Amino acid sequence: MLERVADQAKRATGAATGRKDAPEIDVSGVTEGVRHGHALKGSDTIFDLKDLTVRYNGQPAVKDVTMDVHENEITALIGPSGCGKSTLIRCFNRMNDLIPTATVEGHCFYHGQDLYDSKVDPVEVRKRIGMVFQKPNPFPKSIFDNVAFGPKVLGLKDVSERVERALRGAALWDEVKDRLDQNAYGMSGGQQQRLCIARCIAVDPDVILMDEPCSALDPISTGKIEDLMLELKEQYSIVIVTHNMQQAARVSNRTAFLIVELSASEKDRWGELVEYDDTDKIFTNPADPRTEDYVTGKVG
Amino acid sequence: MSRRTPEPMSERTRLASSGARAAVVGSMNRQPGGDVAKGNIFFALLLLAVGIAMLALAAVIVQSAIKGAPSFGLHLITDGPSTIFPEKAGFRPAIIGSLYLILGVLILVVPIGVGAAVYLEEYADSTRWWNRLIELNIQNLAAVPSIIYGILGLAFIVRGPLSLGFIALAGSLTLSLLVLPTVIIAAREAVRAVPPSIREGSLALGATQWQTIRRQVLPASIPGIATGVILALSRAIGEAAPLLLVGAATFVTFDPQPLSGGYSAMPVQIFNYALRPQDEFKVVAAAGVILMLVVLLAMNSFAIWLRNRYEQQW
Repeated sequence: MLERVADQAKRATGAATGRKDAPEIDVSGVTEGVRHGHALKGSDTIFDLKDLTVRYNGQPAVKDVTMDVHENEITALIGPSGCGKSTLIRCFNRMNDLIPTATVEGHCFYHGQDLYDSKVDPVEVRKRIGMVFQKPNPFPKSIFDNVAFGPKVLGLKDVSERVERALRGAALWDEVKDRLDQNAYGMSGGQQQRLCIARCIAVDPDVILMDEPCSALDPISTGKIEDLMLELKEQYSIVIVTHNMQQAARVSNRTAFLIVELSASEKDRWGELVEYDDTDKIFTNPADPRTEDYVTGKVG
Repeated sequence: MSRRTPEPMSERTRLASSGARAAVVGSMNRQPGGDVAKGNIFFALLLLAVGIAMLALAAVIVQSAIKGAPSFGLHLITDGPSTIFPEKAGFRPAIIGSLYLILGVLILVVPIGVGAAVYLEEYADSTRWWNRLIELNIQNLAAVPSIIYGILGLAFIVRGPLSLGFIALAGSLTLSLLVLPTVIIAAREAVRAVPPSIREGSLALGATQWQTIRRQVLPASIPGIATGVILALSRAIGEAAPLLLVGAATFVTFDPQPLSGGYSAMPVQIFNYALRPQDEFKVVAAAGVILMLVVLLAMNSFAIWLRNRYEQQW
C-alpha cells in the first residue's frame, strides 16, 4: 500500500517536473518486473496487433494500428473523441462482431493465435478476454446471481466460492456480503461498476478490457476503481480506454495515443495510432509533437 | 438570527422601490380572454370525449345489468341451455367450451408467438427483404377482420388439408391464428425493451447467443409477454364470428370435449339466446353478457396488475 502511494507520488512528480531521478522502489521481488521510470522488460507480450483496421459500412473508423500489449500491465488508450479508442478495444475480444456493418482487417494475435482466424470461436475468445463497459450494466437479478451468471453458463464448478472470491477481488465483499440476494439495481453507480468487474473476474479471464469504466462515476468511486485496477493487474492484464489523461498517467504502465485523421476532402474521419510507449515517456518526453500537444493540453 | 433593523431610506430609494413594486404587483395576474379561454374550451372538449367513452361503457353494463338481473343466479353456470324453460336456461356447455378453446389457444399461441418474436428480434437480419416482408405481414394480419379467419378455418382446418371436422380443437386453431399476430407484436415489444447493454454484458462473459436469450432476455421480458398473451386471450374469448363458421354449434346440451363432438362458446350462446323471440330468453342473454363482462374485466385487470407489478424499469 505504501509502495503504491510512493509509486504514484513519484509518477505524479515525474509527470509534473519532467525529471526521472527519483529512487527506484522495487516492490515485486518475485519477477524482475521493473516499475515505472525505466524501460519495461521481462513482461510477456499477450496481444500483438498488426495493421489492424476497422471499417463500418466500408468507411474506416480506425486504421493500421500496430502495437503490442504486455502481461500484468495496464495499457491505456487515450486520444480525442472519435479517434476510435472504443472501436479498437472492442477488437481485442471480438465484440465488433456484434455490429453487422463492422469489418476487421489486419491481425490481432493473442498469445500467437490470430483472433480473427476463421477457425476461432468468438465465444471462446470472450471466455478468456473479459470486458467492463462505460455505463455499468448489471443484470436485473440479485447481486449473487449477477456474479454467478458467468460461472454457471460456462459450466464452472464451485460457484459460491467463485462468487465470494470475485467479490473480494473487486473490493465489494464487505459491502454486500449480507445482502447478496438483493437486486443489483439497488446499488450505487460505483458499486454497480465494481459488481461488473466482479462479474468479469468470476470466470477467471486472462485479460480485462475496460472501456472508459469511470466516466459515468463520481471522483470517489473513480478513485476506488483505479485502486482496484492496480491490485487487479497483479493477476490480470488490463487494457483501458480513457478520455481522462490524468487517469492514464496515474494507473497505466504503457499508453497508446491515437488521433483523428481527416481525408483530403475532409469528408472521412478515422483514427490512427500516433505513439505507443511507456506512460512516463508519453507524458514527460513524447517523441511526436502531436502527442506533446495533446498531453500538455494545447489541443483537446 | 437577529433581524436587522432596516436602514432609513432616502426619498429617491423609496420612490424607486415603490415604483418597482407597482410594476410587478398585478403584472403576473391571470388575464381574461384570449388564450386562456381557448385553453378552457379545449379542456372541456377533452372532458366531453372521455365522458362519451365512459357513458358508452356504462350504458352497456347498466343495460345488461338491469335486463339480466332477474335471471342472474348460480344456475347460469351449472345448467345447460333450454329451449322450453327460460328460467332454467344456463350457459354451462358454453362456459366449458370457452374454457377448452382458450386453453387450446394458450398452448398454441405462446410457443409459436414467443418463438417468432425471438427470431425476429434476435436472429433475423432486419436489412434482408424477406424479414421486412414478414414484419409487414404480421402487422397486416393483426388487422384482418375476424370473420376472414373463420372462413380460413372452415376451408383449411375443418375441411381441406387438416379435415378435423367441427371440433373444439379446430376452433382453438382458428382463434390462435386470429390472435397470433397480436401476441407476436406484444412479445417483440417486450423483447425489444431489454436494453442491448444487458446482451453485451452477457456475451462479453463468454455466453453464447442462445444462453443470453434464455437466461437474460427472456426472463426479463416475461412480464411484457404475459401481459400481451392475456390481452390476446381476452380478445379470443369474446370472438363469435369465426367460431360460427367453424362449427360452434348454437345449441349444445352436453358438456363438450376438446377433441371430438360439437361444442359451443359463450359469445355464440349469448347470440343464440338473444335471437329467440321470447323476451325471457333475452333476459338470459343479458345475464350472459354480464357474465362475460365480469370475466373480461377480471382478465384485463389481472394483465394490468401483472404488468405494473413485474414491469422492469431500465
